[in-house]
Amino acid sequence: MKSMEELVDFYFRPNRLPHLWCPGCGNGVILGALLKAIDAENLAKDDVAIISGIGCSSRASGYVDFNTANTLHGRALPISTGLKMARPDLHVITLSGDGDCSAIGGNHLIHAARRNIGLTLVVFNNSIYGMTGGQYSPLTPMGKKATTAPYMTIEPSFDILDLARAAGATFTARATTYHVPILVDVLRKGIRHEGFSIIEVVTGCPTNYGRQNHLGAPAKMMEWQKDHGVMKAAWDKMDEAAREGKFPIGVLSERTDLKEYTKAYDEVIARAQASVKEETA
Amino acid sequence: MLKFYTKRCKGCGICAYFCPRGVLEITELNKSAIKEGKENDCISCGQCEMRCPDYAIFVKKEGA
Repeated sequence: MKSMEELVDFYFRPNRLPHLWCPGCGNGVILGALLKAIDAENLAKDDVAIISGIGCSSRASGYVDFNTANTLHGRALPISTGLKMARPDLHVITLSGDGDCSAIGGNHLIHAARRNIGLTLVVFNNSIYGMTGGQYSPLTPMGKKATTAPYMTIEPSFDILDLARAAGATFTARATTYHVPILVDVLRKGIRHEGFSIIEVVTGCPTNYGRQNHLGAPAKMMEWQKDHGVMKAAWDKMDEAAREGKFPIGVLSERTDLKEYTKAYDEVIARAQASVKEETA
Repeated sequence: MLKFYTKRCKGCGICAYFCPRGVLEITELNKSAIKEGKENDCISCGQCEMRCPDYAIFVKKEGA
């Protein structure tokens, strides 16, 4: 197994470091964990495709040496879907942010989940639109400040995993940038899962979200994740009062009863070819 | 033993905050470094390496 230093040397494109993420931004931790997961799963660089949308999170695809594409705002999932349909043998990993994936690409999210297409979607949830200057997103918690909500947001936020599960996602998991070993573990399980898997990663944006909400230094934001993320097994035993303000982490749901989309589509191809044969016979 | 990639470091202070032995500090130049007098206190626990978002600090095991 490669050390972290070797992983960075091996998987990063040359001369891409330092990356452009702000001091203390958790995105680097998520990308590092993804490299650990890909390496632990023994996936060859050519067998992995990393597709991203637009936003801070989506800059990740440009740094690493796989088949990569940095695509349109909110449209990472449609492009990933097209790629997976054309090349079902690829491990398609889609990187997106909370704004990219739940607002602009919200419709794509529910339909990718509904189809159960075999992708691994990693949502970098920093609770805000970082790159565009700190506007609130559908995942910004109610009562927090943002550039577009200087007197606090009044909208309840989505639980993106509940949303995806309701839409049919067959694998949902959550981790944080504090819980690195758990993050690597759920990424590995998500990659292995046959069907649509979504992994929400709670990460800190010290520059926009942290500053506007007076959350302190980047390390303090990471410590907040430590204090508020609860493993699923412990979460299940907690009552409503104890759960207040906290969130479960780990694999939250997994089912195998739905057929993966490209497999189902193979059957369509077989039926179509059989009918052509009948007509020409 | 710690290995620093100073060019990558942005001085966010996460490594110094989570170091259980207080070995690290952020210098005047806004870079992570070993505190004076703490040169032999690192226990190679790997917290800094695991948490650094900038891949700027790695733990080298002795003899490796």
